[in-house]
Amino acid sequence: MATYELNVNGQRKRVNVDPSTPLLWVLREELKLTGTKYGCGISACGACTVHVAGIATRSCVVPVSLIGNRPIVTIEGIGNDRVGRAVQDAWVEKDVVQCGYCQSGQIMSACALLKANPKPTDANIEESMGGNICRCGTYFRIREAIKSASGQLK
Amino acid sequence: MRATPKVENDMHLNRRSFLRASAAAAGGLVVSLYLDLPTAARERNQVPPAKVYPPDAFVNIRPDGKIVIQVNRLEFGQGIHTGLPRVLADEMDADWTNVIAQLAPAADVYKDPIYGIQLVGGSGSTARSFQQYRELGAKTRAMLVAAAADRWRTTPDQCRTEASVVHGPAGQSATYAELASEAARQPVPTTVRLKNPTEFRLVGKPAKRLDSRPKCDGSLKFGLDLDLPGMKVAVVAHPPVFGGRVKSINDAEARRVEGVLDVFEIPLVRGTGVAIVADKFWPAKQARSRLKVEWDLSGVEAADTAELWSKYRKLGQSPGIVAATQGDPAAIDKIALSNRLVAEYEFPFLAHTPMEPLNTSVRFDGDAAEVWAGSQFQTGDQMAVAEVLGLKPEQVTFHTEMAGGGFGRRAVGDSHVQREAAVIAKRLRGTPIKLVWTREDDVQGGYYRPMHFHRIEVGIGPNGLPVAWRHVIVGQAINADGPFATVAITNGVDVTAVEGVADTNYAIPNFHASIHHPKVNVPVLWWRSVGNSHTAFVMETLIDELATRARMDPFAYRRKLLKPEAKKPLRVLDLLEQASARWRENLPRGHALGVSCHESFGTGVACAVDVSIENKRPRIHRATVAVDCGLAVNPLAVESQFQAGLAFGVSQLMAKGAITLKNGRVEQRNFDGYAPPYIMDAPVAVDVHIVKSVEAPTGCGEPPVPVISPAVVNALARLTGKRYRTLPLVSI
Repeated sequence: MATYELNVNGQRKRVNVDPSTPLLWVLREELKLTGTKYGCGISACGACTVHVAGIATRSCVVPVSLIGNRPIVTIEGIGNDRVGRAVQDAWVEKDVVQCGYCQSGQIMSACALLKANPKPTDANIEESMGGNICRCGTYFRIREAIKSASGQLK
Repeated sequence: MRATPKVENDMHLNRRSFLRASAAAAGGLVVSLYLDLPTAARERNQVPPAKVYPPDAFVNIRPDGKIVIQVNRLEFGQGIHTGLPRVLADEMDADWTNVIAQLAPAADVYKDPIYGIQLVGGSGSTARSFQQYRELGAKTRAMLVAAAADRWRTTPDQCRTEASVVHGPAGQSATYAELASEAARQPVPTTVRLKNPTEFRLVGKPAKRLDSRPKCDGSLKFGLDLDLPGMKVAVVAHPPVFGGRVKSINDAEARRVEGVLDVFEIPLVRGTGVAIVADKFWPAKQARSRLKVEWDLSGVEAADTAELWSKYRKLGQSPGIVAATQGDPAAIDKIALSNRLVAEYEFPFLAHTPMEPLNTSVRFDGDAAEVWAGSQFQTGDQMAVAEVLGLKPEQVTFHTEMAGGGFGRRAVGDSHVQREAAVIAKRLRGTPIKLVWTREDDVQGGYYRPMHFHRIEVGIGPNGLPVAWRHVIVGQAINADGPFATVAITNGVDVTAVEGVADTNYAIPNFHASIHHPKVNVPVLWWRSVGNSHTAFVMETLIDELATRARMDPFAYRRKLLKPEAKKPLRVLDLLEQASARWRENLPRGHALGVSCHESFGTGVACAVDVSIENKRPRIHRATVAVDCGLAVNPLAVESQFQAGLAFGVSQLMAKGAITLKNGRVEQRNFDGYAPPYIMDAPVAVDVHIVKSVEAPTGCGEPPVPVISPAVVNALARLTGKRYRTLPLVSI
């Protein structure tokens, strides 16, 4: 066990865990931030996507020991910024979700895309969202919501 | 002996229902629905099971004006958590903006009014509870109006209602919340007038989901997110071959993982396994990877995909148990070989892989237990937990948790996940435990859509239409030995394996369909759209091939061949032809059209796709679908189910879209080896067109799935000249 000081959604959090523990399980089980989801544990589905220093990151394969002082933003915190709020609102407006389990990760990937590229093309969307599985298959509305959020961010 | 619920054989029960009303402890009106025993059961003089009446069984009008409506189904994406409350609120004239929906726990009152067990299945949640929720809403409204009429010394017919307010003849008004206590003292009407469709205010109008925002900000709790004080997490090491048993355990290294509390052997539905309980998930999973188990695989069949295929192909050369026959079964033999088309199809095992891995939490307190599960089959799962713990089902409080997808995987007749959780909870008496199936457990754990082999011989008449059709299917019976065997297996034929063929809407004068049901040591289950997932592929690709051979348009050919009574398929073909006309006539070079049409679960669907080939994979630029689902209770939800359900259906075409076994072991482990569609695999754009109808609503959860893969390969056939009869689509 080791102690880590993490910056999560703008707050300092101290956790005492095994250094190999993936960030996902630190968020979910130590910090009770369960909005970030476990889907595969091998970075193949994107359900666990969070932002680490602004970069969309699969938290299921990143050991907590590698985070250091880089700020972490999760689905619980992304609504505090303009892009995050616009994306969440667009998701609700377009009635994107079905089961909803993957959508935290989808939204985090979409936010990272729009922060880097406020006017993404379909190809940009496929590239940035290409690692996020939605088993319900809500991909068409995800595309629509990203375009809608992009329009709102003009 | 294992307790399994039995489904009533009589699907059209002569049921009586009445409402009970009582004042809620916290104030407000509470309405319960009491469903009488099905006639069939009464006639057999069965003792009625104990009825459970939760205090707020369906509707609770709170003093603050909020109306809480209980949903008797699991919500796992299909939108029933919004849909059924809309139905009730409409008849009740409730203010929709103040409606709160909750998932009901397991209880008799929440059993399916037709099936008599609590479940989500057969795309029937709206279809089978529409009338029930309308009556509940109308009766609740009648009691509120009666209370208002008493208060104002007038008669109910002088009052009208709108948005949770009763208005009296002299301009009086009172809110439902104000009237709730008085309404609770009113008798529950035995009969009540329901609205004409023209009077609907909510039903038939598009409505956004009630659960959207909490699913977008991370606040919604799924079963896997449950966190109870003192809760521990369990994982199980399962045998590498289904039915294997633990011979010896070396847990020394596993127990050294910090946070591990216990390691012990447990019985499984098939064989035995080893449970690991830890403070948290990560140490439990770490410990499992360090556990050394020697397995006893003696006497256990080691299924092997390659061997199964050769066995299935051999079986498929001769007819099996007859599933449907019409005209002369030997007619095909009299047709010249040049006018015969022979086709063989292969479909692999498919895993459901819902995004939320399977899980169940249980706390056992000696004389009672509590369960938290995203279950499609609460009645069976509750009974299973009770049996494991030596309790009666009513001693097991069963909470229905929001679930991250399911597609059939959370409706398992043997309740194997819940049984594992209960066995572990029994040992840790008093401690809540959360059993987590990792993705590897899920992909390798069985309960797949069965493998199927089809062999079809078609005799073609002078007008290009089939005159003789001999169809042999080979595949495991999902319902063998399961709780639905009495209704789903007829004369040895599992109807879910032949649906879509045996009941085809195409008029073929000499038609013979039969099936072989081999026994294979791989657990199988319904996978969204069940038999239609393979039968529609076969029928719609063959029909397309026949149309091409007859040099006929895919719409015209189908219309000519469909039985006149196939109203829904005929309507959707017409609608699809109009709706897709513009893009069909302007297809870019390198693109092709693919069409399919299939009715399942009472819903007619026709689909047209615009496909090209990119990077040796099908690229679906557009899909247009026409749907006849009777009255579309929530058109936005219907559209959503179809837009996304098509993408789900693409699973069958994925290059890594197969579960295979070698020497009894599943060869895929996770999404790296078994890959569902990603965004680039799904149709880029989908437009959905709904036939206007006031007929009884039919399902929309499963019917989108069967149409997409045949439509796509029909388009590919136009591009490459090849017919694709083996899934998954490994190469084009």
